Amino acid sequence: MKPKTEAELAEMVSGLDEPVRITGGGTRGVAGPDMAIQTSGLTGITLYEPGALTLVAKAGTTVGEIEAALDAEGQQLAFEPMDHRGLLGTSGTPTIGGVVSANISGPRRVQAGACRDFLLGVRYVDGMGQVVKNGGRVMKNVTGYDLVKLMAGSWGTLGVLTEVSLKVLPKPEVSATLSVQVPDVTTAIAALSAALKSPFEVSGAAYDPDMGCALLRLEGFAGSVTYRSDQLKSLLSGFGEVAELDQPDTLWVDLRDSAGFHEQSGDVWRITVKPSDAPDIVARIRAERTLFDWGGGLIWALVPVGTDLRAQLGAFDGHANIVRAGSETLAELGRFQPEALGIAALTNGIRQRFDPRGLFNPGLMG
Amino acid sequence: MEMPTPNPDVLRRKAVVLQRLLQVLPEEAVIHEPSETRAYECDALTAYRCPPMLAVLPSTTQEVSDVLRICNEEGVPVVPRGSGTSLAGGALPTADCVILGVARMNEVLEVDYDNRFIRVQSGRTNLSVTGAVEEDDFFYAPDPSSQLACAIAGNIAMNSGGAHCLKYGVTTNNLLGVKMVLMDGSVVEIGGAHLDSGGLDLLGVVCGSEGQLGVVTEATLRILRKPEGARPVLMGFDDNEVAGQCVSNIIKSGILPVAIEFMDTLCIQACENFAHAGYPDCTALLIVEVEGSEAEMDSQLSKIIEIAKRHNPVELRESQSAEESAKIWLGRKSAFGAMGQLNDYMCLDGTIPVSSLPEVLRRIGEMSEEYGLPVGNVFHAGDGNMHPLILFDANKPGDLEKCEAFGADILKLCVDVGGCLTGEHGVGIEKRDLMSHQYAPADLEAQMAVKDVFDPKWLLNPAKVFPLQASESRRIARIAAE
Repeated sequence: MKPKTEAELAEMVSGLDEPVRITGGGTRGVAGPDMAIQTSGLTGITLYEPGALTLVAKAGTTVGEIEAALDAEGQQLAFEPMDHRGLLGTSGTPTIGGVVSANISGPRRVQAGACRDFLLGVRYVDGMGQVVKNGGRVMKNVTGYDLVKLMAGSWGTLGVLTEVSLKVLPKPEVSATLSVQVPDVTTAIAALSAALKSPFEVSGAAYDPDMGCALLRLEGFAGSVTYRSDQLKSLLSGFGEVAELDQPDTLWVDLRDSAGFHEQSGDVWRITVKPSDAPDIVARIRAERTLFDWGGGLIWALVPVGTDLRAQLGAFDGHANIVRAGSETLAELGRFQPEALGIAALTNGIRQRFDPRGLFNPGLMG
Repeated sequence: MEMPTPNPDVLRRKAVVLQRLLQVLPEEAVIHEPSETRAYECDALTAYRCPPMLAVLPSTTQEVSDVLRICNEEGVPVVPRGSGTSLAGGALPTADCVILGVARMNEVLEVDYDNRFIRVQSGRTNLSVTGAVEEDDFFYAPDPSSQLACAIAGNIAMNSGGAHCLKYGVTTNNLLGVKMVLMDGSVVEIGGAHLDSGGLDLLGVVCGSEGQLGVVTEATLRILRKPEGARPVLMGFDDNEVAGQCVSNIIKSGILPVAIEFMDTLCIQACENFAHAGYPDCTALLIVEVEGSEAEMDSQLSKIIEIAKRHNPVELRESQSAEESAKIWLGRKSAFGAMGQLNDYMCLDGTIPVSSLPEVLRRIGEMSEEYGLPVGNVFHAGDGNMHPLILFDANKPGDLEKCEAFGADILKLCVDVGGCLTGEHGVGIEKRDLMSHQYAPADLEAQMAVKDVFDPKWLLNPAKVFPLQASESRRIARIAAE
């Protein structure tokens, strides 16, 4: 089913008598019931005010269309959403509704914030077929409960997004990337932390063990980037040899999309931890490859098919979610980290209220 | 302002409730004499007062849990209170409620620079969070004007902002985790030192829920390294529209200042007379602040000044020293005090799309004539958060009511141009009945459904945020069930 308008969608949901899969462009690998509601028929940028840093678009608008419109005004989605197609081997075209539903944020999340931090307002159709709006199109808004954050990262389980408002930011004039040769993960995380707690506004902080390098990105006006880059070079010299990379742009796109794991067999997990816990966390798991982003706070792990990574991790502060695995593994382990009892009672209660008939992506989140 | 009739059953059982609370709290943490409960009769929205039935000042999460469990069992409404600085009546009691103040819980529990967070008890004041880390050149970014007094608990409840959120965001963007007690006394941990939720973003909905979902006792907050320096530039214009255009063009140029503040004629004059900040005599004044190293600030400010010059400013003054910077900010920061010298005032908090600024200011001017009450405007121009200050005389019969009606009209205007009722102060009781202007019944129902899950009996701060009529069936169901 591919509704063309919000009203049509609401009518469809009201008439549903069996669960459905909610998809945007279908690139994020969500499995579920055969019957699907696709939002890709709800398209178009409805408002874009560069001088107010705000953009409003229908949920099925492609990320490409939005990025092109922003690019023409020298602006961007600062949270740098990942494109999952390479990693998951999916086709289709990513939509802004999909990005928001999954709260997809890339390397700049460590400085600028997550997708949810840039989401100003939503419209959605709930499980009763009612149209609901929350938030709006202005940056500061504390009018009533913030359901906007709740909808971000709810993977379609609370409602079908029809429209989103986003805060956008200026595109930096230039970008520079420093690499620090480091012997091990502990040194790497220490170097990333040193950079992130400096006043030099690092907008990307990653570590690729295969390269043996901690990677730091600086963005902004040319003079400022040169200055901060020089400062960081001397600040980090104690951790290893520091060099400035020549062609850094594709590097950050590759990191964003975890390109190192593309076309490699195995399951892919995403572990979120306190950055300084990262060395201990990776020591607990048997991964074929790892990649560290967000200063060490995000660990990508490639593991043999069917691995129960949570069993290897044991108890820890953070969460381990599956990004790529076969349907049996997903069914057995669940895509999302199981919640503590008290939290699960709350989230189940909310799901029950928003989608009492259990129609939307049943079983996806618990 | 209408408040629900106190529940006579609860009032009658006061002695029983008191007795049970004394079993779990030290005697000095339970306030029950009418002469003493009076201290909690209002917050910073002083026009409305009502002493609570009881007030408690727990010192631990366990004590908070005990208090909430008892009140839940007894069917007693609880109004959580941080420092009582709410401008929206968020901590206004009802006669049948227990005020739960978190002010005694003000410890720093953990400071971690490598992972860039601080964990504090929620009664700690906003400014003293920064105070705990500033020796090491770190700070906590959200900076509401009341930051000397306001508590983190209240900041989380109202999702407080400040002057610097254009760059650093508001509370929700700087909150990593909470320990929170639900109304039934159970304790939950949401989030932590890591980023993002593994499942539904409960932290996002707790922040800004005005003390209606739970009582936060501990918070993990993001701290940031202080920039190397900060410097403002002051600009005067003889036309609001031109000033608004200048703001828009600065933002479009790719520069993101940390703050863009706007003041109109009445405020400029009041601040100048009050603080002698050396402000020019003009229609609209902008303070634009940038951060970074000396060279970075020079380069950003030269770009900003170049843009400003294209808009024929009547004054353009770049700060040349720390003293000059302080003087430029002094006027702005004393705006509320300065307006208070002129008369009583009511401070509004609507947000508008920045592009609507000239139209909204023009309409406010027209309404000011119609109501016969003067208005001064201070404004976080970068993010559209307005603070119109309506002057009135509290001793003149009918003036408060007239002022409230005028205020409601301004807030409706904010919504009608695409903005919202409140940008950083919260709904409380003040804007409760205007919620229906911004939200349809289904929108409010979705929000209330969240409260149903966290607080099924609707005992936590129940008469706030939602129009009384909208929440009535839920509140009545609770009382009928007892």
